[in-house]
Amino acid sequence: MADGTAFASDALLDYDEALAKYEPVLGFEVHVELSTRTKMFSAAPNPAAADSGSVEPNTMVAPVDMGLPGSLPVVNAQAVRYSISLGLALGCSIAETCRFARKNYFYPDLGKNYQISQYDEPIAFDGSVEVELEDGTTWTVPIERAHMEEDAGKLTHVGGATGRIQGADWSLVDYNRAGVPLVEIVTKPIVGAGAAAPQLAKAYVATIRDIVRSLGISEARMERGNLRCDANVSLRPRGRERFGTRTETKNVNSLRSVERAVRYEIRRQAAILEAGGTIVQETRHWHEDTGTTSAGRPKSDADDYRYFPEPDLLPIQPSAELIAELRAALPETPTQFRRRLQADYGFTESEFRDLVNANLLVELEETVGKGAAPAQARKWWLGEILRIANSRGVEAGTLVSPLHVSELIALVENGDLTDRLARQVLEGVVAGEGSPEEVVKARGLAVVSDDTALTAAIDEALAAQPDVLQKIRDGKVQAAGAVIGAVMKAMRGQADAARVRELVLERAAR
Amino acid sequence: MTDAPEPVVITAADVQHLAGLARIALTPEEIEHLAGELTQIVDSVAKVREVATPDVPATSHPVPLVNVLRPDVPGAVLTQQQVLSGAPDASDGRFRVPAILGEEQ
Repeated sequence: MADGTAFASDALLDYDEALAKYEPVLGFEVHVELSTRTKMFSAAPNPAAADSGSVEPNTMVAPVDMGLPGSLPVVNAQAVRYSISLGLALGCSIAETCRFARKNYFYPDLGKNYQISQYDEPIAFDGSVEVELEDGTTWTVPIERAHMEEDAGKLTHVGGATGRIQGADWSLVDYNRAGVPLVEIVTKPIVGAGAAAPQLAKAYVATIRDIVRSLGISEARMERGNLRCDANVSLRPRGRERFGTRTETKNVNSLRSVERAVRYEIRRQAAILEAGGTIVQETRHWHEDTGTTSAGRPKSDADDYRYFPEPDLLPIQPSAELIAELRAALPETPTQFRRRLQADYGFTESEFRDLVNANLLVELEETVGKGAAPAQARKWWLGEILRIANSRGVEAGTLVSPLHVSELIALVENGDLTDRLARQVLEGVVAGEGSPEEVVKARGLAVVSDDTALTAAIDEALAAQPDVLQKIRDGKVQAAGAVIGAVMKAMRGQADAARVRELVLERAAR
Repeated sequence: MTDAPEPVVITAADVQHLAGLARIALTPEEIEHLAGELTQIVDSVAKVREVATPDVPATSHPVPLVNVLRPDVPGAVLTQQQVLSGAPDASDGRFRVPAILGEEQ
């Protein structure tokens, strides 16, 4: 059966069965948007920079980003430094000399009809990254290269029955993103993960994210496209040396999706191979809603990019001094970071593992850094914040900043908020209503610790339940609960229950 | 001096392929004509190979400069109006282009 398209059904083989017969081989291309102040080749502000909010389309564009005639690119020195730092953090060698190259293709996401990238001379090559899976086992992922390039503009496809690319009536182009500095990290084939391949995929992308965050070179928000992953998957029958034909699933843009997409491709390809079909080398689109991939463009003539050295740019030759300086400034690796936090915060193995699995270590450290106690920070991140994140299918770290979490915790510690009120405040912060203090003010959520107001409410509650004070005097202290409940209800939960209890007991003792 | 390398011939099929990549429609006559012209051009450039030896690295730039870099300091941008001033069609502050049949690269 030569025509694999005959098998382009959605049939899936059982995962365990697929793994029993085939060995998955993975490969990843991860694009990282650098958070420099300006673009790769122009002085236009970078929309992927740290302080960049949402901006109007086509307002962060210089002539270079549009490829206007007569404009000439000049390399951003900071982007080169960031790229070298990233290369070093990936354990790569840094090229003594490297060049930019033109990658020619026709598509309106770039105005020039070519993308400036690097081809046979990347700035960093031959590295490896240590990746820790959820069960604590570690893997070494071999890195082929990391090269510099520019991002493309953003297309919005309008009209058409489905809104997807096919069937669109027209497309709208915004060049704000064109020219944003990118580093593309390419792995060598990753062999031997077996059934753990999907977890390894997720852990690898999470590790890259942690590395670029710790370097401070990218905002690394996957949901904003700061970090984008293409996942290559192929299968080979167990015991065979030669790799199978691979597919490349594009733009798998959350950690959870990376894991799901790899698992899906393993099952899909196994079903085709089991039915005697062949895998078509093609790009595939990941659909978050259905958890499936669909066929995209087959590898063809269109992949003839006719690379050649970029004549508008001169070679880059990083000095040994610069490389030494950047190497000396490297932060700890994600694995070292993990070990340090575990030692410092004194969590049990399982308490700590929960944080690792929820990818909340960086958030936790920053929250503690802003003054919160580790146990409180852990409670909020793994509790209410993670609950909201899960219900919305997003990463917890994207909902709220560590600073705001630490402020929220401080408000509870100071007695300004009960846990219950704090959850409402958190809801407001997540909804974008401002800092915890601002939400407290705007929603009027502060705990009422004013004794006059509390006393009035207690009087009212006691008038309705006149026998309570006598019961307490008779030793039935739990009878106070009915009054406390009534007061809390009257105060719409904004009373400090402990203070109400104190006041009721004082009254009984009189 | 090594033997002269094999001359390169640009075929009609090569021209067809390149025309496809460049999204240019060519008539059979044009393809035939261009194949001949391109062969001549490549042939002329190929003379370089007669003097190039393995110990001479390929030149990508005639000027002996490296590390021409720019500090990461924001500069001027175009206004949205300027950006779109050359657009055949625009909508919502963006370029409006015909439906795209290909995909992102």
